[in-house]
Amino acid sequence: MATAGWIAGCAHPRASSDVHAAAFDRAQPPTLGAPATLVLPTVVRRQLANGLQLVVVERHGLPLADFILLARTGTEADPANKAGIATLAADLLTRGTTSRSATAAAEQEALLGVSIRTQSTWDQTTISLHTPVAQLDSALALFSDMALHPAFAAAEVDRAKRERVTRLIELRDRGPFVASRAFAAILYGPDRPYGRPSLGTESSITTITSQDLQASYAAAFQARNSVLIAVGDIKADDVERRARALFGNWPPPAVPTGAAASTPSAPLASSATTIYLIDKPDAAQSSMRIGSIGVARSTPDYFPLIVLNSGFGGAFTSRLNQNLRETHGYTYGAFSDFEMRRAAGPFLAEAEVVSAKTDSSLLEFMRELRAIRDTVPTPELDKTKRYLQLQLPEDLETTADIAQALVPVVLYGLPDDFYNSYQAHVGAVTQADVQRVARRYIDPATLTIVVVGDRRSIEGPLRATGVGLVERRGAGGEAVQQ
Amino acid sequence: MTRGRWAVRVAIAGCAVLGGFNRADAQVSDIPRLRIEQYVLPNGLEVVLHEDHTVPIAAVSIYYHVGSGDEQRGRTGFAHLFEHIMFMGSQHVPVGKFDQWLEAAGANNNGYTTEDRTNYYEWMPSNALPLALWLDADRMGWLLPTMDLPKVDLQRDVVKNERRERVDNEPYGRADETILAALYPPSHPYSWPVIGSMTDLSAASLEDVRGFFRTYYAPNNATLVIAGDFRPDSAKRWVARYFGEIPRGPAIPSRPHVPSFTVPRDTFLVLEDHVQLPKVFYAWHSVKAFHPDDAALDLLAYILAGDKSSRLYRGLVYDRQIAQDVDANQEGHRLDGLFRIAVTPKPDVPPATIDTLVRAAIRRVIDSGVTELELQRAKNVHHARTLDALASVSSQADLLNYYNWFAGTSDYIELDAARYDRLTVADVQRAARTYLGAHVVVLTVVPLGHPELQVRGAPVQ
Repeated sequence: MATAGWIAGCAHPRASSDVHAAAFDRAQPPTLGAPATLVLPTVVRRQLANGLQLVVVERHGLPLADFILLARTGTEADPANKAGIATLAADLLTRGTTSRSATAAAEQEALLGVSIRTQSTWDQTTISLHTPVAQLDSALALFSDMALHPAFAAAEVDRAKRERVTRLIELRDRGPFVASRAFAAILYGPDRPYGRPSLGTESSITTITSQDLQASYAAAFQARNSVLIAVGDIKADDVERRARALFGNWPPPAVPTGAAASTPSAPLASSATTIYLIDKPDAAQSSMRIGSIGVARSTPDYFPLIVLNSGFGGAFTSRLNQNLRETHGYTYGAFSDFEMRRAAGPFLAEAEVVSAKTDSSLLEFMRELRAIRDTVPTPELDKTKRYLQLQLPEDLETTADIAQALVPVVLYGLPDDFYNSYQAHVGAVTQADVQRVARRYIDPATLTIVVVGDRRSIEGPLRATGVGLVERRGAGGEAVQQ
Repeated sequence: MTRGRWAVRVAIAGCAVLGGFNRADAQVSDIPRLRIEQYVLPNGLEVVLHEDHTVPIAAVSIYYHVGSGDEQRGRTGFAHLFEHIMFMGSQHVPVGKFDQWLEAAGANNNGYTTEDRTNYYEWMPSNALPLALWLDADRMGWLLPTMDLPKVDLQRDVVKNERRERVDNEPYGRADETILAALYPPSHPYSWPVIGSMTDLSAASLEDVRGFFRTYYAPNNATLVIAGDFRPDSAKRWVARYFGEIPRGPAIPSRPHVPSFTVPRDTFLVLEDHVQLPKVFYAWHSVKAFHPDDAALDLLAYILAGDKSSRLYRGLVYDRQIAQDVDANQEGHRLDGLFRIAVTPKPDVPPATIDTLVRAAIRRVIDSGVTELELQRAKNVHHARTLDALASVSSQADLLNYYNWFAGTSDYIELDAARYDRLTVADVQRAARTYLGAHVVVLTVVPLGHPELQVRGAPVQ
């Protein structure tokens, strides 16, 4: 069982080491040696006759393995009037198969000491397995059964729907959740998938039938629409052999799915910066979401944008966090993100701020959104780039990390050497690149601003900022009487 | 309580379970032995080294052996506030540079305060190790010269926002401190929450900061762990160079006195909150981490509510569908512990109904125990989590520091695994009878204006 790095040993309390250090200047940070060159193990690709793609990375350290079966269809495909289908169907994969009851599946998962998780997000639905290789046979048998033969039993569907509705009731209490959901609804509108709630609504969930769930599952989980990612202490040939045995007879679909589920929409007209205020009486903090429509993952501006975002709100030392937290103390943390999906996800800046400083926080957000369009000074840009480049090994440390990192490679057709060339691409981003994308994608004059907080105390001050008209909205982002 | 949400990698037990074996006798030998080297500097700093060259990453973890349990009433939350202040620069590190220099080297960092210790940790590409050590040494030895009231005031505001985000603006957020105050006697070091109260945070002064630093932030009150891809001779040289000249501090005050106590009677509380659904919280006085009954209670918690085949989940959530979720946890700290259960009823289900079933489920365990299969499942999951904790170097570093301070030696992973593996169903039943058969604190958090939903005890005959 012992592998490199795990050597039998014991702790020997020792005499204290020599403390007569050579004289050195404590006032200077130490000079560092060169960072190790990151070389990731090779990505091996195979394909079964039925179209299922295999993507394998061998990693022979700890005797662990991570598998992700990914279907290229997610919540974006939910019908307009039945939001929540994909996430509910994903949930039901863990609630019983044609040969295992929900409880039996849970018992076996625990007895094996493995972890099986499902998730559906905009572009994909996944079922993942984390297992020691000693349990591989049993774990993969359970995993493939759950992936290929979900029962969608009526009683389990009812149970899951009731739990989802109750969860949505509970989420009414959570200002941060309400703000994020309303922001998407207002930014994209109800006619676009990205404007609809992926968890559904209390009313949409009740309309979902077992047939709806089965249809959603069947459309997504087809061999030709799916990829099996495998990372860990396993050989590619072994993965292929097992995949063929477990997934080779995947029944072909009644109705083959198309590649992408989304229909392109006409671009939304930008409107003047507006503040949408949702009341949460007596809230100790205001949940602020500020942004606009961003870019798809296929954007040619990917590397300039991740550099821009890291410096703007994607790191502790970023401008947003340093301003709102470390200078003004308005918040525990301020962030930004460009969410890049199959289509253009939002650019979003956010923070939970103390209610009494809601107006001041908004002014600081606006200050930073304007300032980032100017040239970023070289020292700041260099620090930002080095952070992205040099922390890459930490994002790829465990087998689970690597499996997750392969999801965008698979989903968006990135080159297999994406991570091996990542550092060079970041390094190539220039000051001019960053300014160009900042000016193109961040426009302070056409922002959507959502604030969830105590309307009685924050509405007046928000109006007084002059940042934009203040419009009251309901918790779902819907228009209400002003 | 952490310094920030930026860096969320470290956990004592990894969040994903993994690893499982059908035969109990195979389990202990499965845990890898960690190569550990440990020594003490003349100034009292304990140093623990663990090499792992799997990936070119190194992790540093420094535990200062002070936590919220060492605070005084009137200054609750101070240990955590002080943690924030430790990032505000030191004599050779201008404010802001700590994070900037680490990020420029590709390193991440955070801090984490609990009842018993304050942890400062970084993880980084291996070549950045001396930078992290130099930064940590500077604030251990040279924090006060650049400390001023504006810095304290700023982090006071940040910490108040953390409290708002985690407690005051969080549904059911005040349940924890309500329970602690009811369960523990007022002199007990765990009777207030780590985050402290707004009033006490406002009262913290610059002189408090200086006094706290001089009392607790000394090498003789700290353990430094380095894990991952490093060369021992280089690491020892850097440790000696950066930390060696920091003078030993005065003798550390003895750990707080923990009064022995029992909960005198079942205690029923109610708290109104901005919530749609009530929620019922139970707490029993239990035992500290590594107490002989700690492992049995830990697995009891899993058997009661740890997964979808657990007793409370099956009984309340799955079969009857009267609960939305259930949680159970044996929370063993260094000096004492409590056992918690929490249940959210489904809409329109009276909390009293939940209470009847929870009490009955506990009664069944006390009277009839648990099954061998239930115990084996719980052991297998625990075993998996132990292996998972070894999958990243930052987690390894924290684990070694945790064992060192809480169990008395960093070389504890085999013994830790063994104390779970040898548990019997009789152990679990006895633990249930001893601790869950004693008096309980029951808190019902109810929607505004609905105190009638409170769970109350049966009338005394």
